[in-house]
Amino acid sequence: MVTLTINGKQVQVPDGSTILQACRLHGIELPTLCYDPDLRLAGSCRMCIVEVKGRPLFLAACVAPAENGMVVETESPDIVQARKVILELLLARHGGKCLTCEKNGNCKLQDYCYQYGVSDTRYADGGRHHYPIDDPNPFIERDYNKCIMCTRCVRACEGITMARAINVKNRGHNAKIATAFDGNLADSPCVFCGQCIMVCPVGALTSKVSAGLGRAYEVEKVLTTCTYCGTGCTLELNVKDNRVVGVTSNRSADWSPVNRGALCVKGRFGWDFINSPERLPTPLIKENGEFREASWDEALDLVASRLQKIKEESGPDSMAVFTSARITNEENYLAQKFARAVLGTNNVDHCARL
Amino acid sequence: MTNSINELEKDAKAIFVIGSNTTENHPVIGMKIKKNVLENGAKLVVADPRRTDLADLADVYMQHRPGTDVALLNGMMNVIISEGLADQDFIAANTEGYEAMAEVVAKYTPEYVETITGVPAADIRRAARLYAEAGAAVICYAMGLTQHSTGTDNVKSVCNLAMLTGNIGRPGTGVDPLRGQNNVQGACDMGGLPNVLTAYQQVANDAARAKFEEAWNVSLPAKPGLTLTETINKAHHGEMKALVIIGENPMMSDPDLHHVEEALEKLDFLVVQDIFMSETAKYADVVLPGACFAEKDGTFSNTERRVQRVRKAVDPPGQARVDWQIICDLATRMGYPMSYSSAEDIFEEMRKLTPSYAGMTYARLEGKGLQWPCPAEDHPGTPFLHKDGKFSRGKGAFSAIEFIEPRELPDGEYPLILTTGRSLFHYHTGTMTRRCVALDEHVPAAEVEINPALAGQLGIEDGEMVRLSTRRGSLEVKAKVTDILAEDVVFMTFHFAETAVNWLTNADSLDPVAKIPEYKVCAARLDKI
Amino acid sequence: MAEELRIVLRNADKIDASNINDYIKAGGYTALEKARRMEPRAVIEEVKKANLRGRGGAGFNAGLKWSFVPPAETKYVVCNLDEGEPGTYKDRTIVQKDPQTLLEGMAICAHAIGSRQGYIYCRGEYPYLVEHLNNAIAQAKAAGVLGDFDIEVRMGGGAYVCGEETALIESIEGHRGEPRFKPPFPGVAGLWAQPTVVNNVETFANLPEIINKGADWFASIGAASYPGTKVLTLTGDVVNRIAIEVPTNTTIRQVIYEFGGGIRNGRKFKAVQIGGTSGGFIPESLLDTPIDFDSMRNIGATLGTGAVFVMDDTRDIVDIVTRIAKFFEHESCGKCNPCREGTFRCYEIMKKINRGAATARDIDNITVLARVMQKAALCGLGQAAPGPIMTTLQHFRHEYERKLLS
Ligand SMILES: Cc1cc2nc3c(=O)[nH]c(=O)nc-3n(C[C@H](O)[C@H](O)[C@H](O)COP(=O)(O)O)c2cc1C
Ligand code: SF4
Ligand code: SF4
Ligand code: SF4
Ligand code: FES
Repeated sequence: MVTLTINGKQVQVPDGSTILQACRLHGIELPTLCYDPDLRLAGSCRMCIVEVKGRPLFLAACVAPAENGMVVETESPDIVQARKVILELLLARHGGKCLTCEKNGNCKLQDYCYQYGVSDTRYADGGRHHYPIDDPNPFIERDYNKCIMCTRCVRACEGITMARAINVKNRGHNAKIATAFDGNLADSPCVFCGQCIMVCPVGALTSKVSAGLGRAYEVEKVLTTCTYCGTGCTLELNVKDNRVVGVTSNRSADWSPVNRGALCVKGRFGWDFINSPERLPTPLIKENGEFREASWDEALDLVASRLQKIKEESGPDSMAVFTSARITNEENYLAQKFARAVLGTNNVDHCARL
Repeated sequence: MTNSINELEKDAKAIFVIGSNTTENHPVIGMKIKKNVLENGAKLVVADPRRTDLADLADVYMQHRPGTDVALLNGMMNVIISEGLADQDFIAANTEGYEAMAEVVAKYTPEYVETITGVPAADIRRAARLYAEAGAAVICYAMGLTQHSTGTDNVKSVCNLAMLTGNIGRPGTGVDPLRGQNNVQGACDMGGLPNVLTAYQQVANDAARAKFEEAWNVSLPAKPGLTLTETINKAHHGEMKALVIIGENPMMSDPDLHHVEEALEKLDFLVVQDIFMSETAKYADVVLPGACFAEKDGTFSNTERRVQRVRKAVDPPGQARVDWQIICDLATRMGYPMSYSSAEDIFEEMRKLTPSYAGMTYARLEGKGLQWPCPAEDHPGTPFLHKDGKFSRGKGAFSAIEFIEPRELPDGEYPLILTTGRSLFHYHTGTMTRRCVALDEHVPAAEVEINPALAGQLGIEDGEMVRLSTRRGSLEVKAKVTDILAEDVVFMTFHFAETAVNWLTNADSLDPVAKIPEYKVCAARLDKI
Repeated sequence: MAEELRIVLRNADKIDASNINDYIKAGGYTALEKARRMEPRAVIEEVKKANLRGRGGAGFNAGLKWSFVPPAETKYVVCNLDEGEPGTYKDRTIVQKDPQTLLEGMAICAHAIGSRQGYIYCRGEYPYLVEHLNNAIAQAKAAGVLGDFDIEVRMGGGAYVCGEETALIESIEGHRGEPRFKPPFPGVAGLWAQPTVVNNVETFANLPEIINKGADWFASIGAASYPGTKVLTLTGDVVNRIAIEVPTNTTIRQVIYEFGGGIRNGRKFKAVQIGGTSGGFIPESLLDTPIDFDSMRNIGATLGTGAVFVMDDTRDIVDIVTRIAKFFEHESCGKCNPCREGTFRCYEIMKKINRGAATARDIDNITVLARVMQKAALCGLGQAAPGPIMTTLQHFRHEYERKLLS
């Protein structure tokens, strides 16, 4: 164990902890922009800086090891001022169109500006980038005018998806996130998993499919299991006014045991079929080769009587049920029960082999 | 899967992927494999007729001729045995049938196997050593291994390989079929199969049946039923009268759609329960509007046997209803009252009849879910099967398997091999993904992949429309010229109704045991239009 | 009259630098032999006791740095020959005039820490040095003096920040030349995550004499807290624009007036910037400060690489600082916020002041910003970049105020 003092309180933390982990273990929150517990550490945003007695420099808590006897201050006047300056510097770069931003209300930059009372910047006499927002892919909006260069997207792409589609290009103030030739994602190894959206703390990367459909604070998130392949990724359906408006993911291993927040393009962007105008809203009965709408009673009575009759005339084994690899366990259980107990046949199968 | 998905990311020291384009079809599993290889230095061996993303990353990539998996696997086992890499202790303690298997494998020398598969003998040797010497090696496979007339043999062969090297029953080992659909595992577990009730209790077993008869208060048929393909065949013969199809789309997914179409047309009565007017629903007499995953509560079981919650987020559109309610209504109207207050209510009934699910409750599934077998409420679930080499039937049985050629081989008229599969951007028959604006915009149409040499021979340019034909029929489709395939192999996805490749595939070549169609091999020809 | 004392440049212009035999005749490689007869631990102790402090700018005790290297299968010795500071050419001079002393120094270090592989990271603008060094390495290999220690020369990425040891390591690994956060220090996890000692050319070049003549001899030279000599390169408005090697207790005034011959064209002295682009500006009143590391730090300046840039009374301080700000704006790698955005804004504000468009508020803004950069930037570049601004605001504030809008 390591013993140190944080904000006047003596605390103990396991060996190998960083100052940030030590703080969080003891309920002290620190602002972080580049830190992500699942990604390679960067230590670059410098929002998590703290003062340590006897050290001439501020230490970035997310990467600095907690050491015995350290005396740490996390909100000293100098630290608060430094964080304000860093936020002002970021605001000066960030083309803050909060009013129309998808991330409004769910943005770390906003949150920290609020927390530290930063409403304006001293450092904005120019130098704002005007990058075109023109990647034509249908999934991901890339607005690097809002980018704060935390590189979480780069590290997620490289460390979760292992696609290495994007990296930092150029240096200094002109550094930006780009594909190998600063082109479109479709011409890179990008697989449109959207892990980069998941980790982006601001509105630089957002889902085009969800654009304009609802702000984070307006949606309810319902944790569920993906409907596509057999991996069984956990995802969150974002619901607004009884309508699915997007998919996000939960990164906790306790709630997302298989994928820990990672998704693929289908899981993250393939949800809008739910709202398709082609969804079937009523039962249909075919008459003279044409379908017509019917009430449930009429449709179910028809099905029940036809099946009953065929069962009586041709025997149960002249009927079969194809159940589905798409529906729930409970429904599959009932479907085979229906075949066996109601129709009286073991002719039940599904597309397990297809 | 015998083992768990996250073991692929950290525990496995070698991963052998055969017949799985993992990064496209199980993308998140693909990410984990890549992470293990790129960050932890796990070894990767890939066998696939298409040079997939993973193949590019592999330590050894074997591009075998489609349908020659048994030969390839026997070749690897031949190397392992002849180089003394087999785990004799494991074999002696936990298996039977080794001698007979070894006898068959003896003639599959790498040089002989090279003549069958086209894979250089040296690569077979390297692959075998990497797999056998890793300490913890896992085999992942998918439909590329199973959709063959020898699918069952192929699966038995990978089991042989795992047992031969003792790669069973420990983290990072095992035989991991990657199942293609969200709840295909659950549909099987729940008895959505003609020969078994839930948890694979045989319908032919009197005791098992008696248990269900008592619970359901009905007498049950003892004779195993027909598989899906057999049902279609029987319908084709006019012997099947009625079919209830719930959320399936055989008019896209089954082989030889002419055959399916004729079969469906011969039915007296077809009911389709679906969320869309699928290609199959068009043939129905009655279509019942169901609910999609976002509109209901329940559970799915994933490929690693993990049972997880599905939660209702929104109401179904219009009058559409949750599927289990539709089934209950129908049963009730047919004189067998079914009434449940909730999905959980059904789950409670099910688990009492299902030993491997018996210990699961909705409360316990909250969060991480549970992996079956989970026989009791204090059982933690089972991340990997066959711990300490224990198999359910006592000893693991080796199978002695000879290589058999695929059913329909290329000839003068149809000189190419057609193989089918999926794309990252679409899912199965496209019913859902084709109605997702972004996915369909990104990949709006099917393409047939052809090798540049073949394209050159036929004078076909990338992006040009070509005619692809088999004995079943032909269609026009855009050519994509790519060197990821051998010269005599062409590949097409089956997601697109406009150009449904299953009009061309072969319904006659089924695996004799599993009745799985040979989607991965049929003879085809390609013509410039 | 102060005199030069040559340790690292002891053979300069006395031997044929391209011929190892000349070096050996002058006593070369006897130190390595001696070191190899010593326990590695003892070599480290000797260097520690000599109090040889890094000549690349940070002034860390070399022996102490080596002593942190943990046991490992593979370890690396890396020589920093990036020499990206404008106006600095001391490392180039050492290598040109006596490459073998560098190789011998590296081999002594390799023996001390147990390394078999060395790299020399050579500045991109010095392509001719690569050939010269490769020739020297080939001769040393042929002569068998290096034993099982191999040295490879790597060409730099061309960015100033690549001289920072962790960016240098990233660059050798083939990545973007961006600094890493520390700890872990390279000594524990450097090149390919293996223990790696990075030292400056001049640091290594001191080693043969320290081993031959002993720690006590070295520790007694110059200033006690930073003993030995320092190679300085004189530029700007000084009569003799030369490289000199002097004991570290030599004062700035001696450097400028006794070695440098005073100010050119009989003009008056205004300021001197020591240590490179990020060095502090020193006014007349502080010229009697010795050049050693700690004395310089005490007056808010730096010894740095030992570049001495002299300015006469015609120089416009604000204009010079603006150009320096431009240099840092250009050289920031862009990884961390305080430096990426800070150097950009510093340059912006300096331009505004320089063109007479600024108010006192701008000076406040740049002061606040500079303080944050000094304490919060990730690497030495961003931490040091505001140095010239801060020191000129301290000593030459009137030059700023003169340019403000009223
Ligand atoms: C921006 C920056 C540039 C640097 N450039 C050099 C350089 O060109 N040469 C050098 O020896 N050290 C340079 N350093 C210092 C190195 O990081 C490191 O401290 C030094 O190589 C260690 O060697 P020493 O202990 O022998 O001085 C630079 C540091 C920074 C922050
Ligand atoms: S979508 Fe996925 S693959 Fe594409 S850049 Fe983002 S993280 Fe990388
Ligand atoms: S796009 Fe987002 S995640 Fe990526 S660097 Fe910019 S702010 Fe960070
Ligand atoms: S201080 Fe400057 S050079 Fe150093 S890491 Fe930060 S941005 Fe890069
Ligand atoms: S959160 Fe610590 S430096 Fe960014």
